[in-house]
Amino acid sequence: MENKIKKFLINNVVPIFMVIIILLSIPISGLSIEYLIQEIILRLSRNLFLVLSLLIPIIAGMGLNFGIVLGAMAGQIALIFITDWNVVGLQGFFLAVIITLPIAALMGYVGGIVLNRAKGREMITSMILGFFINGVYQLLVLYGMGKVIPIKNEAILLSRGHGIRNAIDLKNIRRALDDGITFNIGQYSIPVLTILAIVLLCLFIVWFRKTKLGQDMRAIGQDIEVSKSSGIAVDRTRILAIVISTILAGIGQLIFLQNIGTMNTYNSHEQIGMFAIAALLIGGATVSKASIPNALSGVVLFHTMFVLAPRAGKELIGSAQIGEYFRVFISYGIIALVLILHQWRREKEKEAERKRILEMNSNQAGGN
Amino acid sequence: MNNIKTMLKNAGWPRIIITLFLLSMYVVSPFIGINLKSALGDTLVRFGMNAILVLSLVPMIQSGTGLNFGMPLGVEAGLLGAVISIEMGLGGFMGFAGAIIISIPFAVLFGWLYGHILNKVKGGEMMIATYIGFSSVAIMCIMWLVLPFKSQDMIWAYGGEGLRTTISVESHWHKILDKVLHMPNDMLPLGEMVFFAILAFGMWIFFRSRTGYAMKAVGTNDKFAKATGINIDKIRVKSVVMSTVLAAVGIIVYQQSFGFVQLYLAPFYMAFPAIAAILIGGASVNKVTIVNVVVGTFLFQGILTMTPSVVNNIIQTDMSETIRIIVSNGMILYALTRKEGAGSGK
Repeated sequence: MENKIKKFLINNVVPIFMVIIILLSIPISGLSIEYLIQEIILRLSRNLFLVLSLLIPIIAGMGLNFGIVLGAMAGQIALIFITDWNVVGLQGFFLAVIITLPIAALMGYVGGIVLNRAKGREMITSMILGFFINGVYQLLVLYGMGKVIPIKNEAILLSRGHGIRNAIDLKNIRRALDDGITFNIGQYSIPVLTILAIVLLCLFIVWFRKTKLGQDMRAIGQDIEVSKSSGIAVDRTRILAIVISTILAGIGQLIFLQNIGTMNTYNSHEQIGMFAIAALLIGGATVSKASIPNALSGVVLFHTMFVLAPRAGKELIGSAQIGEYFRVFISYGIIALVLILHQWRREKEKEAERKRILEMNSNQAGGN
Repeated sequence: MNNIKTMLKNAGWPRIIITLFLLSMYVVSPFIGINLKSALGDTLVRFGMNAILVLSLVPMIQSGTGLNFGMPLGVEAGLLGAVISIEMGLGGFMGFAGAIIISIPFAVLFGWLYGHILNKVKGGEMMIATYIGFSSVAIMCIMWLVLPFKSQDMIWAYGGEGLRTTISVESHWHKILDKVLHMPNDMLPLGEMVFFAILAFGMWIFFRSRTGYAMKAVGTNDKFAKATGINIDKIRVKSVVMSTVLAAVGIIVYQQSFGFVQLYLAPFYMAFPAIAAILIGGASVNKVTIVNVVVGTFLFQGILTMTPSVVNNIIQTDMSETIRIIVSNGMILYALTRKEGAGSGK
């Protein structure tokens, strides 16, 4: 029994640590519980889809897909187009989804090929890939749009006549999905369509895990060599995992931005990967194992901290700036910590395995 | 013919393309109204600024600990040395030397801790190093706000809290390395070059010492190293400490040339250009020479200085930032996805 508790504590050290920090800072911040709940509902609907897009590559053993920023960029390109064409409301949103799909699929395909060439170090490669494609995105949006790619709407062009402005007002589709159907519980308003999209995605993930493809991915996640010898097309399956993840991230970014209502053309996507990953890990996921509850609780914990930290910092030390840096530190620190724990555990397992094989060999030798 | 083929193969196509690209820019520049002399001068100044930061990557690559994406850690130690030196009112060469001397104990301590963490995570060093670097920047942001610095040169004149985001070293040790040689010359940063040469030569000697050979052995074949009785973990920590200390020295040299100490979020992405430079110079994830450092820094900084002015003159658009992002990350991506030289820093 005692052992079980110990194991539970060790396995959930990150979420427990976060809960303690949050419980301590709620009274310090002086924010009301009602305000916090409203914030959490808002941020769940805003971020959960993006966080869920990380799950499938983890099943396939490819670690945390920092390449979801590729999907985010695809989504933003789509948003630029629908803003240019002036398509409004839910129609605009769904058109954006339709435009996002092929772009994100293509980017995911490229990403998958690149990651297949870097087996065993997918995470760092996907991160650098994100930076690299960001450069290509800048080239396209800042220099190509309005010159090579026709853009008519002058409101989104820079004054020099080509290149998209730093910030785009998404008034056409602001909260289009969120306010499509709303439902009030007490004083809290629930964005039904957004929640529905998230629930559908959860069902998709649950179903997907049971399909042939999902099972193949799980096998690859366990052991690439064994799956290869049992006839699974490893490279192709891994590419598919990244393609699906990238497409989902593209839609996730659309949901995120329609909620916020403005798009920072050159920054909105940059932090997405890091924040989504930090949230997932705070929910107790690891590099090789992540579930829907991890994502859900992670978003709640991470974003509660996000709301609380600056306020708590201000009340505690008289400086909101410190709270701001503190939450940046927590996001990066948590990722570092989880990665260290994961790698360390894997090393331990490998060592145990090695020892076992050695012992087996020496036993056999003794038998002979 | 075969010789040329193997030579081309050894150099690798990205390096050849980049070299040709840079050469063509130097050839084109006089025709579109760029002063070649000042362009070359700019490249050399930037070389002097960055060379030591690039050099700092060498020990960790040699010991098989991978590309040091955690360079911001060493940079933060250097920043601490710099601001403490200014706080103490040190000026001139004393200020510069003081900054380095003060930063070294911090860098050794940081590097020692960092090295022990990296020993626990063999095979996943690069990703973890990145995030250790990022976290250290965030922690130090808090430190710059709360540490009790008093010097008028560094705190906000009124209002504001903590240290300024950029601190001028104009009145302390701006361009001190050139001044020490009594050759303040805008074209040729002789001071930085000499300083770099001394450090590079020191490293060259080091890798011919007993410990140096041991470090190389750990990097090339850890089983062999273990069999010869080398303590792998200890050697790896040593290499990490060396890299971290050199990064601290490197940033101080960078600042004295640049003229400003940049705090807060500035060190965030400092590792990436340095890593790109060393890879362009021909290093791989686990193999490097001093020549790679020199060639790589020159090529990378050459492209960074030349492309904006050339492109600007041709199409009247400043694309320098975008080109920097594509070239540097493209280079890192290429190195990470190469089939040979694989083995995630083992």
